[in-house]
Order: sequence, then C-alpha cells, then structure tokens
Amino acid sequence: MSELDLLYSEVEEDLRATVRGALADRCTPAAVIAMYDGDRSAVPGLWKTVAVELGLAGLLVPEAAGGAGASAREAAVVLEELGRAVAPVPFLTSAVIATTAVAGTGAALLGELAAGERVAALAVPLTTGPDAPLPALDLTADGRITGAVTSVAGALEADVLLVPAGGGLYAVPAEHARIAPVVSLDMSRQLADVAFDGAAGELVVADAEPAVRAGLRAGAALLASEQVGLARWCLAETVAYLKVRRQFGRVVGGFQAIKHRLADLAIAVDNGVAAARHAAAALAADDPDVPVATAVAASFCGELAVTAAEEAIQLHGGIGMTWEHPAHLYLKRAKADQLALGAPGSHRARLAELVGLPG
Amino acid sequence: MGEVDPGVDLAAVVERFLAEHDPATTDRLEFLRARYDAGLAWVWFPEGHGGLGLPAARQSEVDAAFAAAGAPDNAPRRNVIGLGMAAPTILAFGTEEQKRRFLRPLWTGEEIWCQLFSEPGAGSDLANLATRAVRDGDEWIVNGQKVWTSSAHNARFAILVARTDPDKPKHAGLTYFVCDMTDPGVDVRPLRQITGEAEFNEVFLTDVRIPDAYRIGEVGQGWRVATATLNNERVAIGGRAAPRESGMIGKVVEAWRSLPEKRTPELHDRLLRLWVEAEVARLTGIRLRQKLAQGQPGPEGAATKVTFARINQQLSALELELRGEDGLRYSDWTMVRPEQVDMTGRDHGYRYLRAKGNSIEGGTSEVLRNIVAERVLGLPPEPRVDKDVPWKELQR
Ligand SMILES: Cc1cc2nc3c(=O)[nH]c(=O)nc-3n(C[C@H](O)[C@H](O)[C@H](O)COP(=O)(O)OP(=O)(O)OC[C@H]3O[C@@H](n4cnc5c(N)ncnc54)[C@H](O)[C@@H]3O)c2cc1C
Repeated sequence: MSELDLLYSEVEEDLRATVRGALADRCTPAAVIAMYDGDRSAVPGLWKTVAVELGLAGLLVPEAAGGAGASAREAAVVLEELGRAVAPVPFLTSAVIATTAVAGTGAALLGELAAGERVAALAVPLTTGPDAPLPALDLTADGRITGAVTSVAGALEADVLLVPAGGGLYAVPAEHARIAPVVSLDMSRQLADVAFDGAAGELVVADAEPAVRAGLRAGAALLASEQVGLARWCLAETVAYLKVRRQFGRVVGGFQAIKHRLADLAIAVDNGVAAARHAAAALAADDPDVPVATAVAASFCGELAVTAAEEAIQLHGGIGMTWEHPAHLYLKRAKADQLALGAPGSHRARLAELVGLPG
Repeated sequence: MGEVDPGVDLAAVVERFLAEHDPATTDRLEFLRARYDAGLAWVWFPEGHGGLGLPAARQSEVDAAFAAAGAPDNAPRRNVIGLGMAAPTILAFGTEEQKRRFLRPLWTGEEIWCQLFSEPGAGSDLANLATRAVRDGDEWIVNGQKVWTSSAHNARFAILVARTDPDKPKHAGLTYFVCDMTDPGVDVRPLRQITGEAEFNEVFLTDVRIPDAYRIGEVGQGWRVATATLNNERVAIGGRAAPRESGMIGKVVEAWRSLPEKRTPELHDRLLRLWVEAEVARLTGIRLRQKLAQGQPGPEGAATKVTFARINQQLSALELELRGEDGLRYSDWTMVRPEQVDMTGRDHGYRYLRAKGNSIEGGTSEVLRNIVAERVLGLPPEPRVDKDVPWKELQR
C-alpha cells in the first residue's frame, strides 16, 4: 500500500475557492431555511450554477464521455463546500451516486448527466448502505416496472430515476413515476416516496447489483467530505461567535471549559479531514483499500458532523435554538447524513468482516 | 559534496552502501557510523550531518532497504529523547561545532540523551523553573533539582533549561544547555512509578559545570528553543508513521483474535469504535507528517498527542476487560530500571498502567487543549498574572 496524498492540491484549493464564492452569492441560509416552509424556489438556479456554470456535474465523468475527467478527490472538495453551505443541490445523489452507477455504460445518459442537462436519482432508500440488501422492483415480461421505494433522496430534483428491477438497472423518466414529497428531517435534502405502476424503462446496466453498490460506495466514501464540511462550519461559526459574545465581563470563548470543548472539536474535525481525504484519495486511486477506507470515514465522519452541530447549538445558547439562526440547518443535515448510506454502526459491522474482528 | 538529486533512487544508494559495508562482517558500531557518514541516517538532515537534505517522507525507503538486508539498526527505542527531541533542536539552534560533536554518536546510540526540563515546582508551567545557571568565565555553574527525568540513568547527555536571569519575567530569563551527565555534580536517583519500575528519576544538580560552548541558542532565548523541543516531542509521541494495527490497537486486536471465548457484544462495539479511532488517528499522523514535510512542527502536534493519549488509555483498558480473570493478574512488581521504554511492551497490566502517563508526559492533555484553543483557534489566552513580573518576585 503506497502512501496516499492526504493534503489538498493547489488545483483542489482553487476549486474550493470557486465553489465557495459561488455559494456565498447564491446559497444564503435564509433561502435554505425557507425550504422548511415549502419554498424550494432556490434549488433550480443554484443547481444550474453548480452543475452547468461551474461544470461540476461531470466531475466524475471521463472527458471522452463528455465530463471533466476529474476524480473523487475533486468531488470530495466540492462536497466539503456544499456541506459547509448546507447547499440544497442534488450533487451527491446525481453527480456522484447515480453517475457512478452508470459510469461503466456507454449510455447517452452519462453524457447528459455530465453536462447537467439531466438529473438522475438512484431509487433506493437514502439509508441504504453499500453492503446492505438492495430493493428490487418487479419486472414484467414486457419490461414494465411495478413497485414502490420509500425515502429516496434526489428524486424531487431528478428527471430520470435509476431503478433496480428484475436484476437490471433501468432508467425511468420521472414523469412515469409517482413521486410523493416527504416532510423530511432535512428539508435541504428532501426525500420522496416513489411508486411505479407498470412504468416503461430503458435498461442501462444489465447486472444492477455491482453498479448500484459502486454508486452507494462512492456516495458513502464522499459523504464523509460533506460531513467534514458541515463540521467545519459548525466549529468556525461557534469559535467566531464565542470570540465576541461576552458574559460575566469576559469573552465567553476565554472560559476554559469552553476552550477545551472547542479544542476537542477542533481535534475531531482535524481527524475527520484525514479520514475523509483518505477515503476520497483511495477512491480516486481505485485502491484496494476502498472498502476499509470508506467504512472508517463513514463511521467516523457520520458521528463527527452530528457532534459538531450539537456543540454549535449548545455553545450558541438560546440563539442556537432559533429558526432564524442557521445552526439548526446543520444539525438536521448532519443527523440525516448520519443515517444516510449506512449508519455508522453498520459501517463498523462491515469493517469487522473486512479486517477480521468477528464478534 | 554536491546537491543531492531529489529524485535519487534511495534503494540503489543503500545497495551500493551495503556492497561496501557488509552488515554480516562489519562491526555494528562501525556500520552505523559509516551509515551516518553516507547521509543515510536521517535523510531529511543536511549533508554532513547524517542526511541528504531530502524530504522526511523518504526515510522509509532507506529504513526498508536496510531492514531487508538484515542490517543492524540504531536501537531507536533506547534513545527516544535524543532522536525525537534533542537532535531536531540541536539541528535548528546549534552551532556547526555542536552539530558535529553531538549528532553522530546520538544517532548511532553510542550516547543516550535525557531531558532535564521538569522540576518539582515547574511542570505544566515549565517557564517557572528555578534551576539556576550562573556564568563563570567560559563556564556556567548550575544548581537545582529536576524531576520525572526518563532514562537519566542511561544518559550520557541531557538537554537542560535553566534560569540565567531571575530579574527578567519568567519566559525571558531562561537559557538552554547541553549537560554532561558524567559531571560529578549530577546525582541521579530512581523514582519508582505506577508500574513498579523506575523509568524516570530525580536529578540533583550541585555546582555542575557546563562549558559555554554547550549553550544552545542565545542567553535568554531558552524558552524559544525549549518550545521547539516540546513541539518535536509531541509530534514524536503522536505523529509517528506506523502501519495499520500497530501500537496499542495491535496488542488489543491480537488478544481479540486469540480469545474468541472472551468476546461479548459490548466489547465488540467498543473495539470497533476504537479500531476506527486508532485508524483515523494514524491517518491524521500521516497527514500531519505530509504537512510538515520539512521544517519545524507548530502547535498541530498538540492535537495528535491528545488523541493518541486518549485512545491508548481506552484501548489498554479494553484489553484488561477482555482478558477477564487474566486481566486481574500482573506480571511483576519488582523494581527495575529499564534500558528502554516500550509503552506497548510487557503485559496487558503494564500497558494499562503505563498508558496513564500518556496524557501527562510531554504536556498534559489539559495544557495541550489550551494550546489548541489559543494557537490553532485563536481563543483568548488563560489569565497570566505572572507574565510580566520579574521571576524573582513571583510567589512560589
Ligand atoms: C511517564 C512520564 C515521563 C516523563 N518524562 C519526563 C522527562 O524525561 N523530562 C522532563 O523534563 N519531564 C518529564 N515528565 C514530566 C512531565 O512533562 C510533567 O509531569 C508534566 O508537564 C505535568 O507537570 P506536573 O507533573 O508538574 O503537573 P502539574 O502541572 O502540577 O499539573 C497538575 C494537573 O493540573 C492540570 N493543569 C495544570 N495547569 C493547567 C492549566 N493551565 N489549565 C488546566 N489544567 C492545568 C494538569 O493538566 C494536571 O492535570 C514525565 C512525566 C511522566 C508522567
């Protein structure tokens, strides 16, 4: 195992600055908060910026297929920034998970996804981990799909659903499905229940399982970077607030009990960066260590982001409990992310098999 | 000697070296000295001082090639303080003369080093130390008491911080020296510790004479030099390059795999969490090393050391619980003076007890959290009532 580079390259830092700049302009906390009151109007414009103007939808797609030919390392940096802004865009669900699932195909869909012309979602519950049992819908002899999948992320934004049915993976136009929005814990990645009544689809992958698992594995590996982005915001925002908030005649951030909690959080964030970078670098290098690296990053960063958001709220005091302050956006996303793509416990259970530590 | 090509094939360099110095027939010390002179001791050190001026990350290529050839190593565990703290400090702050005198026998292990920093009245608040050094011509005369000095009983030299100007505030009146442990004024007495053995010592310094040529850095600059030593210490403790499942986690998984009848779901859950944390800490150490590549570590080392201490303590506790009845037995309480410190050595009981020191030695975890909060996050400093007061006026 040669040592993977766990730092950020200059190109990656430039990419980060570009994404951060665009999000600062076009993804305000107020717009994300409005989504909890049913106003999703910010999503299409923001996605157009991310996918088309910045050209990020095709990061993981080879140039020959119409993409940017970048790697999981760059996608991870984008996710860090999207997490930092709790941006409500289907980058993870379409540009990472669905795109990876169809990456090996010559389907026209891949190029359309890369160009941001279409948006896809894999029709599995968001909680599905890369090694979990997969849902499979019924496929009739004449190739029609019937059945339902609950709690699908990215379906509301998608115009095509990738549906595992009868052993294959089918592309079904969104208008052929019944997509019912769910009132979700995290409205910045709102779920939907999806049903098909004899929908016609196009077979895109003959053997669905490896493709779906590859998509979910890439999703789980890179979700860790989103979680790092969430945690970084929580730490930075809390530190900044406690440097100015005064009580008892002193800056609150000067009390040692607070300093030590923030130091512990800073140490944990630093650890999370290493874990997430390692998973992304392993994925980018197609390293045999990907399954272990993913399980480690998913287990660690899933809990890190929740801890960071909980600390942010506690250490903001009353203002942290309000609708107006964005801290709650981070807690809701972090908690939903922790259950997404396999909960930390399921990643550790998988790890036990991978590294030979049976119970 | 010309500049070394950064792309140099180090395995080939080692091979050429081995062709001229057959480890099977060369005397061990001669072999190690020749290795130092060839720049293959620590490749990130400059040429002429055991290195080739290459990135530190490339050391592993050299070590692997020597290990594969069955060559003797410099027994690094015997000289942890010398290699991890004294050497980088001498490299950064020493004169050419000092580098030439000290570094080679330090690296080969001919001369073991210890660290005379802590005192009964100055632990976390190291800058408060009271050991006095008074100038006498070309020499300094040193008097005071040091404590918790690991390996002082094996050491030929010590890095020492002493007060040279009590009229200045505490940080400003310190100077850094190399102390010859064979000086008749040095009295080393064993201090028995929690494990039963005496790994550390009390060291009484009575009219010890130190030549001015053994001063590292300027008079009054001791705090700055000591800070560099401590930053290196934390990286040495927490930021080691190590393979997966090495160190304490290695001991625990070994026990887990060999004791299927002792496993419980509760222990399994804790083991897996700690496996993840140990792996993440290892990756963090790798990342820190990549970041430092060269140059002096800053406060980041504090973070890795806090994590290292916590995980070691939790892991060693878990092993005791896993072993059940066996966890109640201890190998041997006999007072011995160990040749080297191996925190993962001996038995589970020793590891459990020795790990308690991990959050105290090299800066306590509380003090390191202060450092992270203040120097990494920029939070307000702790109140320092004694900062600008002449040291001699402080209440002790
Ligand atoms: C195994 C071992 C080996 C050692 N080897 C060496 C050696 O070779 N050379 C050497 O010079 N020293 C050595 N030490 C000493 C070590 O560096 C000191 O013990 C350490 O710095 C703590 O100092 P102290 O023991 O005086 O504790 P104190 O400083 O008295 O601390 C007591 C408690 O107060 C806490 N505390 C102190 N200040 C603060 C603060 N500002 N904020 C919050 N909490 C605070 C500490 O965290 C600790 O919990 C060794 C120690 C151990 C355990």
